[in-house]
Amino acid sequence: MDAKTLQNYETSELLRFTTAGSVDDGKSTLIGRLLYDSKAIFEDQMEAIEEASMRSGADEVNLALLTDGLRAEREQGITIDVAYRYFATPKRKFIIADTPGHVQYTRNMVTGASTANAALILVDARHGVIEQTLRHAFIASLLQIPHVVVCVNKMDLVDYSEEVFEEIRTVFMGFAGKLAIKDIHFIPISALKGDNVVNRSTKMDWYQGPTLMYLLEHVYIGSDNNHIDARFPVQYVIRPQSAEYPDYRGYAGRLASGTLRKGDAVVVLPSGFSSHVKSIDFYKDSLDIAYAPQSVTITLEDDIDISRGDMIVRENNRPEISQDIDIMICWLNDKPMRPGGKYALMHTSNEVRCMIRDVKYKIDINTLDRNNEDKSIGMNDIGRLSIRTTKPLYFDSYRQNRVTGSLILIDEATNETVCAGMIV
Amino acid sequence: MKNFRLNHLRELEAESIYVIREVAAQFERPVMLFSGGKDSIIMFHLALKAFHPARLPFPLLHIDTGHNFKETLDFRDALMKKTGTRLEVRYVEDSIKAGKVAEEKGPNASRNRAQTVTLLDALEELKVDAAMGGGRRDEEKARAKERFFSHRDEFGQWDPKNQRPELWNIFNGRKNMGEHFRVFPISNWTELDVWQYIALENIELPSLYFTHEREVVNRDGVWLAKSPYLQLKEGEKWERRVIRFRTIGDMTCTGAVESPADTLEDIINEVAASRTTERGGRADDKRSEAAMEDRKKEGYF
Repeated sequence: MDAKTLQNYETSELLRFTTAGSVDDGKSTLIGRLLYDSKAIFEDQMEAIEEASMRSGADEVNLALLTDGLRAEREQGITIDVAYRYFATPKRKFIIADTPGHVQYTRNMVTGASTANAALILVDARHGVIEQTLRHAFIASLLQIPHVVVCVNKMDLVDYSEEVFEEIRTVFMGFAGKLAIKDIHFIPISALKGDNVVNRSTKMDWYQGPTLMYLLEHVYIGSDNNHIDARFPVQYVIRPQSAEYPDYRGYAGRLASGTLRKGDAVVVLPSGFSSHVKSIDFYKDSLDIAYAPQSVTITLEDDIDISRGDMIVRENNRPEISQDIDIMICWLNDKPMRPGGKYALMHTSNEVRCMIRDVKYKIDINTLDRNNEDKSIGMNDIGRLSIRTTKPLYFDSYRQNRVTGSLILIDEATNETVCAGMIV
Repeated sequence: MKNFRLNHLRELEAESIYVIREVAAQFERPVMLFSGGKDSIIMFHLALKAFHPARLPFPLLHIDTGHNFKETLDFRDALMKKTGTRLEVRYVEDSIKAGKVAEEKGPNASRNRAQTVTLLDALEELKVDAAMGGGRRDEEKARAKERFFSHRDEFGQWDPKNQRPELWNIFNGRKNMGEHFRVFPISNWTELDVWQYIALENIELPSLYFTHEREVVNRDGVWLAKSPYLQLKEGEKWERRVIRFRTIGDMTCTGAVESPADTLEDIINEVAASRTTERGGRADDKRSEAAMEDRKKEGYF
């Protein structure tokens, strides 16, 4: 990082990406390489992991120790949980959600994927596309990660062969054709040697595309947010009741999608009352326009009873409203789903209860086949459910809106988050 | 056509404000931990933004180890007065006097660990159901696995292997009686982000962060400030150095760096070029590889 970074900080963007795979794919080496080459690994961190590597008797510095933060992880040499890592270049700041490949892989990958703009999928060039690769691609598609980057790693071990790379691309695309991935890239790399990670490889003239770092810095994320449908879930009502602001009543929240302007004709759900945006306040400023994902405070021209869980939308662009909803789910808990069971449900700023009415099907994550017979849903299972909620939800399909289309189910006995749901 | 994009600082800001508001909405008796360090100062600034023009719907809580820099306390009191914010202070000294925790002995004695006892007592006394802290995931490897909403059992303990999955921006704050949450609104900020944001927003800081001359001692490669709470070991001596602090905590374990940086711009450049983490100067983290994880499990922030 140089002084230029600092002049750029007012224009630099945030990119969140997820990396999934096992240690064998060279994932830790790749992350270590990105962090190291962008100077995000500090000397004291490097010293600490050098020391720890030596103690465990390894020959080389084990970069995985950088991401394995918990004692049990270091002792067992496995990654248990999603770890977040940060680095920055002059163009962008990056947040990596690093998810483990082994234990509870689906649950963790779904968690990491839920907020990601991009997914890095690692393929070992020697082994080609394996079951795990397809699982990762499927989850990226299920969670609607806008950009997928397939990194064909260990190219140095296959003599930097173009044929090997092309074969993998063809096999992957054959599978990806069945999925809904909007934007997909393939890069031949060697994380260990540094080919095409940050620096362009001199050994693969046949590859004309970008390096991984260039792609991460330049992939167009401007349309990752939904800019069309204005959705403002009310999070909190601000009423100062002070001498200076005796009658102020502001609706605080974060725009889930779209834009709202001063003067816009809006309607409040569920009451259906209409009004106009009187002001958009942000601390001591008054804005003409607010857009996702800004956190602002909105005041309306009319006195309407509005509370947390309500949603402010444009009069002529409304979400769906229903109590009967179909969702794609990933089950996240040891305790299996109870058919017909009741769960607490959180969706935007709304909390309701719901009942599981039906398991439509389960998906075999390795073949993508639908199983209509097996109705049991347990840890890491993916399937489609029909639920009925105690009150109507105002929502969009997850495909159109990752914020108003997502929900979680909570076990009311343990309070644990047991299910991730994406509205169909 | 306007480009509807937030820069990374504004996006982090929007996320943190969202989290803070979520705490105010989901919990009945939240508090925000305040130490006088830069992270709690920006977290407080974000809270002011979240509820403007109303006052904060929760008090701040300072766990005072009794080993604070005077500059920090003066700064804290001035800031509370200026913003009309309610502040609760609880003292580690009182926990020691009550016999709830023993004072560490020896030249490396620190009240860092003892403050967990005071903190847990304060949370119980104030019936707190959510305590916000300025922890960041980039600070330390155990913190890298921390959730925004981190569940604590009735003993205030953290179970890192059994954390609730946290998806999208939906935060599950449900709990049983006696349990509470630790919430980390600035989880995704790095040290550099914090400094850039301080510059962008022109946020006032304690003078300790800027260069000054001070009597210090070099212990295990870390400069520690002269204070009545620190005993010299054999062979050690006080020296006058031009230093500043990268983090501010207990005087006995917060290390200074030699630095001439006296403006925010200088500091940002220094941080960007730095090759060691800010916690590299924290003696409390150097005690063992899992020092932070162990303290967090007990209820440390």
